Amino acid sequence: MFKLMIVDDSNIIRSRIQRIYDSDEFILVGTAGNGAQAIERFETYQPDVITMDITMPEIDGIECIKAIVAKDKEVRILVVSALSDKSTGIKALSYGASGFLCKPFTDEELNEALNELVNDLK
Amino acid sequence: MNEDKLKVFLDGVQRYFRQLRLEDIVISTPYIAENQNPIASDYTGIIGVSGVRKGIVYFSSPKDLLVQILKAMNESDHSEENLIDLVGEVANTIAGNARTEFGQEFDISIPIMVKGVPDNIYLPPMERSFVIPIEWCGYRAALVVCIRQPVA
Repeated sequence: MFKLMIVDDSNIIRSRIQRIYDSDEFILVGTAGNGAQAIERFETYQPDVITMDITMPEIDGIECIKAIVAKDKEVRILVVSALSDKSTGIKALSYGASGFLCKPFTDEELNEALNELVNDLK
Repeated sequence: MNEDKLKVFLDGVQRYFRQLRLEDIVISTPYIAENQNPIASDYTGIIGVSGVRKGIVYFSSPKDLLVQILKAMNESDHSEENLIDLVGEVANTIAGNARTEFGQEFDISIPIMVKGVPDNIYLPPMERSFVIPIEWCGYRAALVVCIRQPVA
């Protein structure tokens, strides 16, 4: 089972991801409402997989990815963002994210993206 | 903003409601509105746009439509806090999706959410906005786009 952490400034998006992820594959270890919280809580939760929003107050998702990957190169980060331009996705991947899911998303799309992220670890 | 650029916002609205499978939602023909009296409903999520293009994008909705969206997400908590959160998230998602057309220089702010008719929607009074009307069971919401043309 993979430990999952959800990072998004929207409470309803955090709750939605929490409701729909495949519970046989992932266990939720914690959430964060902005990049600063995520960096702070990362060492406590030690997740294998993170869903990461980009547009957030204080520290945005891109800066957060940089900081977290600097602590742990093995962590898998799925960016879940409304920013649909290619350059944002490329930037996130270049800093160490492993996948990109554009909002709005369906339940199936989220589970598919999460499973794809950990396929080679199974 | 030219009318041909409006399509990216229209597509964004359609995509948002399609993924929720809200079949009764009707997205009507967009129209141009004068900025003196901004359109607003019970809750409004406002996104500031900076960069090459400047302006605002906002989504304003009656409470009942927001509750319906939360139900479509299987969210049982219909508290005020979640209604405010949702109206910001809808605005953020549709504005963020516009980067498909405008690229990363379409710089969007985090959403500002307001309950009631907002007095802090700054719309340049001499300009006009595009309004995309969204209807559900007699309730009317709208996505409003007021973006200046980039200076050549």
